[in-house]
Amino acid sequence: MKEILRKARLRLLKMHFESGVGHIGGNLSALDLLLTLHHRVMAGDDQFILSKGHAAGALYVTLWSLGLLAEEQLATFHKDGTKLGGHPVPHGIPEIPFAVGSLGHGLGLAAGLALGKNLRGQPGRVFCLLSDGEWNEGSNWESLMFIAHHRLREVVLLVDLNGLQGFGATAEVANLGSLANKLKEFGLEVREVDGHNTDAIEQALKTPPTDRPMALVARTIKGHGVSFMENKLEWHYLPMTAEQYQMAVEEANRL
Amino acid sequence: MRTILTRTLVSYARESDFVFLTGDLGFMALEPLREVAKERFINAGIAEQNMVSVAAGLATAGLRPWVYSIAPFLYARAFEQIRNDVCLHNLPVFLVGNGGGYAYGVMGPTHHAIEDYGALLGLPNLTVQIPAFAADVPQAVLRLMAAARPAYLRLGRDEKPENFVVPPYAPWRRILSGQGATVVVVGPLAGGILAAAQVLPESQRPTLWVLSELPIVNAEIPATFIADFQQSGHLIVVEEHVVQGGAGAALAHALLCTQTTPRRFTHRFARGYPSGRTGSQVFHREECGLDPASILRLLSNTP
Repeated sequence: MKEILRKARLRLLKMHFESGVGHIGGNLSALDLLLTLHHRVMAGDDQFILSKGHAAGALYVTLWSLGLLAEEQLATFHKDGTKLGGHPVPHGIPEIPFAVGSLGHGLGLAAGLALGKNLRGQPGRVFCLLSDGEWNEGSNWESLMFIAHHRLREVVLLVDLNGLQGFGATAEVANLGSLANKLKEFGLEVREVDGHNTDAIEQALKTPPTDRPMALVARTIKGHGVSFMENKLEWHYLPMTAEQYQMAVEEANRL
Repeated sequence: MRTILTRTLVSYARESDFVFLTGDLGFMALEPLREVAKERFINAGIAEQNMVSVAAGLATAGLRPWVYSIAPFLYARAFEQIRNDVCLHNLPVFLVGNGGGYAYGVMGPTHHAIEDYGALLGLPNLTVQIPAFAADVPQAVLRLMAAARPAYLRLGRDEKPENFVVPPYAPWRRILSGQGATVVVVGPLAGGILAAAQVLPESQRPTLWVLSELPIVNAEIPATFIADFQQSGHLIVVEEHVVQGGAGAALAHALLCTQTTPRRFTHRFARGYPSGRTGSQVFHREECGLDPASILRLLSNTP
C-alpha cells in the first residue's frame, strides 16, 4: 500500500505540474482516502461518487493506479479534447458517472443511486467523498436529512476534513464547530479517523455500521506530503513552479 | 390537470422502473398514486435541490423518476440540479411543474411560473410538454416517457370549451379554421380563446393552432401552418410566459431561419406585474392582454 501511495502521489504531482493546474492541496488531502477506499475497501457492486469535484486529479490517479485509466489517457488531463477535465465531465469515463464540480451535488446523487439499488434489490454500497468547506452548501443538509430519514445504509459519506476552503479557513468562513457531532445529530453513525492512516481508514470502512447510514470524518492535511504546501490556503489554487515541483517530488519520494 | 395526471401515473405505477418524488405537495390530488406506488412514492420533503439530485441518481440506477412540485419550486429552486445532474447526463427524469403561467393567481408571484420553459430550454437534452387541455395529459405523459430523456411537463387548469372534441396530442394542432388571422396559442389559454373565436363569422374567425412541445423543431413545423399564415398575412402568438425565452421568440427565429416569414407578426406574452398588484389568473391575463376579450379586440383590428 505504501508503494501505491508513493507512486500515486508522484503521478498526481507530475500531472498537476505538467498541466499547470492548481487545486493540488485538496487533491493531496483526499488522495490517501481515495486510494485506500478503492484498493482495500470497495468490492464489485460498490460505487463511488465524487462530490468535491476539484479532487478530480486524485480520482483519476486512483483509477490509473488500479489500471482502469491508461497512462496515455492520464496524459491528456486538462488538455484540449480531453475526457479528464479539471472537474469530471458528463459522459467522460465509465468509472465516474457524474459531472461534478459545483459543490453540494454528490450526496443527493449518491442517495438516489442507493435508493435505486434498494428499490431494485441490487447489492452494493455507494461511497461519496465530500470536502469540509462543501458543508456550506444547503443542499448537503437536505441530502443528509433524506439519507438519515430513509435509513439509506448503502450510502457511506467520506468527509475530507482539511480545515481550509477556497478563500479562508472553514472555521473562519462559516464555522461548523464539530461536523462529526452535527452528522451524529442528524442520525448518522460517525467514525473519525486520521485521513492519512490507511490502516485506520480501511478498518473504519470495513466494519459494517449498525442500523444507520455511516459517515467517516477523516482529519486530513491540505497539501499532505509536501511540507511547503501543508495547511496553506494558497495551495487550493496555485500551480507549481519547476523548482517547487522538484522539491515536492523529493519529499514525496521520501514518504 | 393534476387529477388526470394522477390517474395516468397510477396506470404506470406498477412498472419496474416507476418511481415518483414530490416536494411535499399534492394534498388532495396525489393520494391515489401514493396508495398504488407504495414505497415508490416518495415525499422528499421541502427540499427540491436534493429531490432533483436523488432523481438523477435513481435514473442512473435504471429507474425513470417523476419529480413533482409547484412549478417555480422545481425549475427555479433546483435549476442547477436540473442542469448539472439531469440534463448534462441526458437522464430520463420527468419534471412536473404544477401551475404554469399565472395559474396560482392570487397566491402571488412566488408561485407563478412565467419564465419556466424559457429558463429550462437553454439546457441540453430537455424537452417541454405543455398540455392545452386535460385530455392531452395522458398522451403528453406517453410522449415524454417514450423519449426517455429529460422533460418538463407544464400543467395548468383545463379550460376546454364544452362540446369541443380535443384532437390527438401533437406538437402542432389546428383546432379552428377561418379566414381571419393565424393564431398560435401555447397551453390552456387556448381554451378560452377558442370559445371566444369560434362564434365569430367565418370572415373574421381566426385559424387557431395549439403549440404543445418545445423546443420548436424547424423540420416539424407543419406546411399547413405556414400556408395558413401566408394566406392570412398576420401571425399572432399568444403565451402565458415572458417574451424572453418564450415560444413567440422561438417561432420568429424558426421562421426567419426557414425564410417563411409572415407579413405581420404580433406577440402577446406575460408582462410580469404591470400594476404591481396581484389577483386571479384572469386578472393577470387581462393585465397582459392575454384574455379572450383582448385577443378578440386584436383580431378585430386586423385588416
